[in-house]
Amino acid sequence: MSDRDVDVVAAIDRRLGAGRVARKALRYVFPDHWSFMLGEIALYAFVVLLATGVYLALFFTPDVGATGVYHGPFDALQGAEVTPAYQSTLALSSTVPGGLLIRQTHHWAALVFVAAMVVHLLRVFFTAAYRRPRELTWLLGVALLATGVLEGFAGYSLPDDLLSGMGLAIAYGVALSLPLLGGSIGALVWGGEFPGPGVIESRLYILHVFVLPAVMATLIAGHLALVVRHKHTQFAGPGRREDNVVGTPMWPGYALRSMALLSAVAAVLVLLGGLVQINPVWQWGPYELDRATNGAQPDWYLGWLIGGLRLMPPLEIRVFGHTLVPNPFWGGIAFPAVVFTMLTAWPFLEPRLLRDRARHDLLDRPRDHPWRTAFGVAFFSWVALIFVAGASDRLFYVFGISYTSQVHIFRALALLAPPVVFVIAKSTCDGLRRTQVRPGLGGPPRRVRRREDGGFDVPGTRPPHAGPP
Amino acid sequence: MSEEPQVAERRAGADPRAELAVAALLVAAGLAAGAFAVLIVVHPQTQLLGATLGGALACLAAALVLAAKRVAVQELAVEDRKIEETARPQDDEALARDLRQGGDGITRRRALGAAAGVAGAGLAGALVLPVTALGPGLGDAPNQTPWRRGRPLVTTDGEPLRADAIEIGTFQSALPKGADKRELGSPVVVVRVDPRTLRLPRARRTWAPMGILAFSQICTHAGCAVTLFRYPVDEQLSQGPALVCPCHYSTFDVRQAAKPIFGPAARALAQLPLAVAPDGTLVAAGPLSGSVGPAWWSVKR
Repeated sequence: MSDRDVDVVAAIDRRLGAGRVARKALRYVFPDHWSFMLGEIALYAFVVLLATGVYLALFFTPDVGATGVYHGPFDALQGAEVTPAYQSTLALSSTVPGGLLIRQTHHWAALVFVAAMVVHLLRVFFTAAYRRPRELTWLLGVALLATGVLEGFAGYSLPDDLLSGMGLAIAYGVALSLPLLGGSIGALVWGGEFPGPGVIESRLYILHVFVLPAVMATLIAGHLALVVRHKHTQFAGPGRREDNVVGTPMWPGYALRSMALLSAVAAVLVLLGGLVQINPVWQWGPYELDRATNGAQPDWYLGWLIGGLRLMPPLEIRVFGHTLVPNPFWGGIAFPAVVFTMLTAWPFLEPRLLRDRARHDLLDRPRDHPWRTAFGVAFFSWVALIFVAGASDRLFYVFGISYTSQVHIFRALALLAPPVVFVIAKSTCDGLRRTQVRPGLGGPPRRVRRREDGGFDVPGTRPPHAGPP
Repeated sequence: MSEEPQVAERRAGADPRAELAVAALLVAAGLAAGAFAVLIVVHPQTQLLGATLGGALACLAAALVLAAKRVAVQELAVEDRKIEETARPQDDEALARDLRQGGDGITRRRALGAAAGVAGAGLAGALVLPVTALGPGLGDAPNQTPWRRGRPLVTTDGEPLRADAIEIGTFQSALPKGADKRELGSPVVVVRVDPRTLRLPRARRTWAPMGILAFSQICTHAGCAVTLFRYPVDEQLSQGPALVCPCHYSTFDVRQAAKPIFGPAARALAQLPLAVAPDGTLVAAGPLSGSVGPAWWSVKR
């Protein structure tokens, strides 16, 4: 190390007094496993969202009050009546240099952000990384997922194209369906009866560009601070115990790896944004109350709610001529409430059910805990099934199964599939434990013992001509 | 954080070819990023911009991966978790004692607690209730629509709607003449079926002149526009004519006054009684038959 390096470091340390902490941080150990990258992918997608979102905010006008006549590069829209919100999104998609690239990258990043969070959540669930002392880390993560879904919905509701309007109409219907309070909440949020006097746009905008990102940044900071506080969990292995962490130190190995992942995530998102079209708002046209289209799908992370809304039979609860529980309540409020209640309660429920309140820093392999794994597979596949049901109209195009038949099939499956999946997952785990097969990693490991005469014994097998072990 | 981790394994010594490759990738990243910078000024074409910037980031990612695996020091470190240092019972007891000691000598603990509760509840109300400024209540909005007896129907372009121009099996959107089209109660869907097949309630027999029916276009399930009309190809074999909402596929039988027959909707679309004016155009013969839009407490059947 040259003296100049020391001078630079010393100059900073004199002002911050952080030298000793920084030195420890450089030696911070990260256990290595591909599945520990999933949360990091979500983090870096969030970074891309912030960067691209700032650029978009420079050009977007959150206003649906007045309308003007469109004159621009999109021929099909010439002369159409458009709001400034839609007009500025069209400009971002055509005349603003790099606007379409950034808009599409932003949209792709949102899809990847929520997807990475969901897969990360599944990893944490099936390896039981949420156990004591990390329950709070899990709760912050669940809150991040909910906020992320809300943030995404607020974002794609902004451009005031046809899909934005359809999504907001459904959101209004769902808001109204909250028993007793729904009408008041809907009127407050929209400033009156849907679509209201145009105030929803500026409210969604401030939520989308300030309030929710600030909440998410705070949640992310808390989540990461707790990860560092407890140090990472790790899988069991040679030298890996409950009371240590084995892996790559921050400097130089992990810093380089993590910067590589940031670059790779950004590269994939920018390439998607530049080369793969997403949400071509100029094709959907502006929203009007009397317009809607079939085959429309929301961003993927809302598909489970569409599925819930579509599958629910026409059940409403009425008392004395009033509607107490309108139908969208079941699929749009009760269903996500059940899912998020389960996610929130699980780290506190499991220790009670298993009577295991001990601290755990080593991860479980999914197979080693058949009950938890089977429950998780049943629960998440129930949600996934309803998610798929939300795309029944697209499935009709692909497979030609009539929509009505699909609804009846999916309704039955939503009730029958979880117990069947539970039994299959449980017996698969039991089988894997018994046979020690490692799918994708070759045959089962074998314990080999060397005999005094130099030969080898392989317990559990009976090689020909082998004597008793 | 704990003291320094022990190094279980350390290998220094970069692979010279890898060093060259990293340098080459970094240069490539710089060139691609430079190309992006030039393009965005002179020729901002989306695909080229995405390919250059994405390519630059991809080269950077590859360089960093290679640097991490083949150039930089390879280490496997073991760090002690030091579980016994966190959350020691004696620390927790001391902390709880310190907290308690702050209240030594207080005699009216209950009264103070209750008073603090009152202050908290009042402040919470004062902080939360200003949200009511966000909007007026819905009141009777779902039942107040622009439709009145004698109000003409016009197309979305504002043209009058002639009864004899509407053919059997067709459907279209219509609005009340001169009304605000951004009002939930405004848009109706107009369809025409064979009048002999109608099975309307007795009180509505006169509401569909020439088999022309009009219903509120806002779905009673979640508020989307009902924009699909299914009309039978074969009267005997196909399913009857029905309006379908494209969002969640609630299906309404138009012959039975838009009664829901499939999907999640549980309430019929409100019907608009129609009449044919002396000049042959369609006018409303009365207000809508019920509440418009998604259900909530005050929505009438």
